Amino acid sequence: MVRDDIVEYSLDYHHNEEQGKKVRKKIYFVTVLLSVVTIVEVLVGIYWSKTVVSPGVWTAIKVGYLVLTIVKAGYIVLVFMHLGDEQKSLKYMILAPYVLFILYLFFILATEASYIHNIWNTFH
Amino acid sequence: MSAANAHVDSATAWGGKTSPFKVSYGKLMMWFFLVSDALTFGGLLSSLGFAKYANPETSLDWPLGEAVFTHLPFTHMHAPLIYVAFMTFILIVSSVTMVLAVEAGHRMDKKAVIKWLALTVVGGLIFLLSQVWEWKTFIAGPDGRIETWFDNSTLQHNVYGPTLYSNFFFFVTGFHGFHVFTGVLFNLLVLRQVMRGVYHKRGHYEMVEKVGLYWHFVDLVWVFVFTFYYLI
Repeated sequence: MVRDDIVEYSLDYHHNEEQGKKVRKKIYFVTVLLSVVTIVEVLVGIYWSKTVVSPGVWTAIKVGYLVLTIVKAGYIVLVFMHLGDEQKSLKYMILAPYVLFILYLFFILATEASYIHNIWNTFH
Repeated sequence: MSAANAHVDSATAWGGKTSPFKVSYGKLMMWFFLVSDALTFGGLLSSLGFAKYANPETSLDWPLGEAVFTHLPFTHMHAPLIYVAFMTFILIVSSVTMVLAVEAGHRMDKKAVIKWLALTVVGGLIFLLSQVWEWKTFIAGPDGRIETWFDNSTLQHNVYGPTLYSNFFFFVTGFHGFHVFTGVLFNLLVLRQVMRGVYHKRGHYEMVEKVGLYWHFVDLVWVFVFTFYYLI
């Protein structure tokens, strides 16, 4: 039987106080970054609402939200979940199929949604 | 990696006498589970996008987050998105305390692991209670009265706009909230094991790292829910 309770392959399995300080510094940096990004998103949401900006600006804001979200997600997955420190093969095995599939799902649903939107508007 | 390989003996290697990807079995399986769970959330959020953009112009407008979520507890001031931002912040902070618990585990500092893990549980509980309050406020609608059933927002009736809007609210935040609930449960169980010294005797705190992965995933999902449900 495979004994999971004694397996240990983590890259930073044990570290001393000095290495710990380095790790914690990185953690605090990411904390500040995530908080600042969230605050920016909320302020934009409050002051540049869809109702007060022009459609072009709103599209730009939406793209901005997407970029900021990807940035936040990247820091959480690569730093907090240590995926950035794992083997390259593991990293891409986790990320690549998922990203490909979700991009496809978003593309196909966006296409179909705009089609249905037009049909409904035509025949209502 | 030769140093890491030195830890491997016949009892720890997989069936093929080696470990794929140089991670333990449990950690790899947690990653597999998280990918499948992420696909579920990806499906939910994609269908939210579909419903939103297929929504005909002749129908009710899809409501804006900053127009619906304007309340703060204990006050009547108009505070769009502030409470959702607070909830996001709580989840980020509890993710940070979790990663600090993992870091303390690498130093075999049992006391620090207990401290950070307990704080993570507290953060999760604050988030859950916040969600209860948010659901109550959402259901009660603009008049703030949950007793007047006919003008509440439910699965069949929505005072803010299309019914689908409240359906997605309950499904997406509810499914996420259930994940937070199970996450708090796992964290509590692992906290109990840490306090009993199980992992210290074992020689490593990888179990904290595994539930940590799940907990960060919950935070990760909320980042996307926050963007796609509340902001866009």
